[in-house]
Amino acid sequence: MQYMLLIIGNADLVAAAKAEDMQALMGAFMAYTKAMQAAGVYVHGNPLKPAPTASTVRLKDGQTRVLDGPYAESREQLGGYFLIEAPDRATALDWAARCPGVPYGAVEVREIEVIPGHNDRAG
Amino acid sequence: MPADDLTGLEAGRAAENAARHSYGKLIACLAAQTRDLAEAEDALAEAFALALKAWPQNGVPASPEAWLLTAARRRATDFARRGRTRKDAVPRLSTMIEELQADETAERPIPDDRLRLIFACAHPAIEPAARAPLMLQTVLGLDAADIASAFLVSPAAMGQRLVRAKRKIRDAGVPFSEPDLETAPERLDAVLEAVYAVFTQGWSDPAGADPKSRGLVEEALFLGRLIAELLPAEPEPKGLLALMLYAHARRGARRDGEGRFVALDAQDSGLWDTPLIDQAETLMMAALPRGRIGRFQIEAAIQSAHVHRRLGGPTDWGAIVALYDSLLAVTGSVVAALNRALALSRRDGAEAGLVALEDLAGDARLLDYQPYWAARADLCDRAGRVAEAEEAYERAIGLEADPAVRVSLQDRLASLMGRSAF
Repeated sequence: MQYMLLIIGNADLVAAAKAEDMQALMGAFMAYTKAMQAAGVYVHGNPLKPAPTASTVRLKDGQTRVLDGPYAESREQLGGYFLIEAPDRATALDWAARCPGVPYGAVEVREIEVIPGHNDRAG
Repeated sequence: MPADDLTGLEAGRAAENAARHSYGKLIACLAAQTRDLAEAEDALAEAFALALKAWPQNGVPASPEAWLLTAARRRATDFARRGRTRKDAVPRLSTMIEELQADETAERPIPDDRLRLIFACAHPAIEPAARAPLMLQTVLGLDAADIASAFLVSPAAMGQRLVRAKRKIRDAGVPFSEPDLETAPERLDAVLEAVYAVFTQGWSDPAGADPKSRGLVEEALFLGRLIAELLPAEPEPKGLLALMLYAHARRGARRDGEGRFVALDAQDSGLWDTPLIDQAETLMMAALPRGRIGRFQIEAAIQSAHVHRRLGGPTDWGAIVALYDSLLAVTGSVVAALNRALALSRRDGAEAGLVALEDLAGDARLLDYQPYWAARADLCDRAGRVAEAEEAYERAIGLEADPAVRVSLQDRLASLMGRSAF
């Protein structure tokens, strides 16, 4: 089964961190990615550019509107993701607990919904 | 403070106290005949709610335990009568409180059936992953959501696991009895393993250098004490309790002033909790002469050898290696083999430790087993195998869930890179 680990950063916790903590965090994320690759669970993953750079598209009064910023005003914003292959949710949660981003926010674990044939259409 | 508030407070405290000390006893008593744990829990919850209403008005009964048991029994009968629907429960509350008040004279001591309850929780018919959670819920009254977090499981999944286990006990004839430990010693092993699982949740280091608990240490110690008291002739419960006490005694030395992880070797033994260590040593003295050595007594003996340096002498690594040899012979576990390799490296050098680790290489379970990579990193680092150490540190860092341990590994990796740059 595949699971999406959504890495959520808390702006207050990140702002309070020292520069060297952030540097260590980058190193820890690299090690975490390598450990997932070595264990054969890694599918892919990426960090996202900061939430304030987001654009959000909504329909308002029948009109398509583009707004600056993320879809919800919150101190906690999506900062990156990993897609992993794990035999069960328990294993996915083990990997989520190891994510170096946990102390700076949260990790949401969502199972990928499998729609037969869904990924065969490209071409 | 007005008098009735005081009574309310006192009554609340009495209820809380009864909940903490009598929960498992009451559940065991209520479920002894029916084996229906879910019903016993519901009935007891109602009894506690009733106590919080009745005790502030009428005073705390002479025996809160007996009062709660009677109240819970009546609720259980009530549920049964009403087919477990709880409609119209409220109007009857006042009648019940009056009846209970009148009943107070008929007090009997409550039998302690907790051991039977504990053996039912760790019965072979119950899936191993449910045993420790079931004990925490039925003996200690812990909330399913808290148990779930401690075992890193979603609350919904833990809820289902507990419901399934209780259904099994009720429907599959899991007995509420103490097994004959002469003929079935493995029944006690299953109990002790479940208690140890409670204790070790959240530990990142199998040697017990860093039990960062998620809050279940006290619960495990409570269960450990209870079982050691209820089975005074058995040495292994004493061994388990001693093992947990040794590890717990070092809790104050595991982090430095900045919250950084401190390995067992580097800990200031002055920060260890001496009375707890003494308790553990006393338990060991009581267990060992019984001549039936088991896994937990050996592990406790290893801990005893580790804490010996508080008396000023060096650590006897030869003795520790010998103890790990025995442990490995008993358990055959990867954890024991790993710790044996580490102890060996202290006695014979890092290369000897690496040779011992080779025996483990190739085991697929090690791919995501952090302690293996941490051990390998340490040994390669000490042996001067820079590239291998670097790779192992990275793996250990990537697999670590405890931020403080992660930082300490990153520091060691940085120090290795700094040294090797020259």
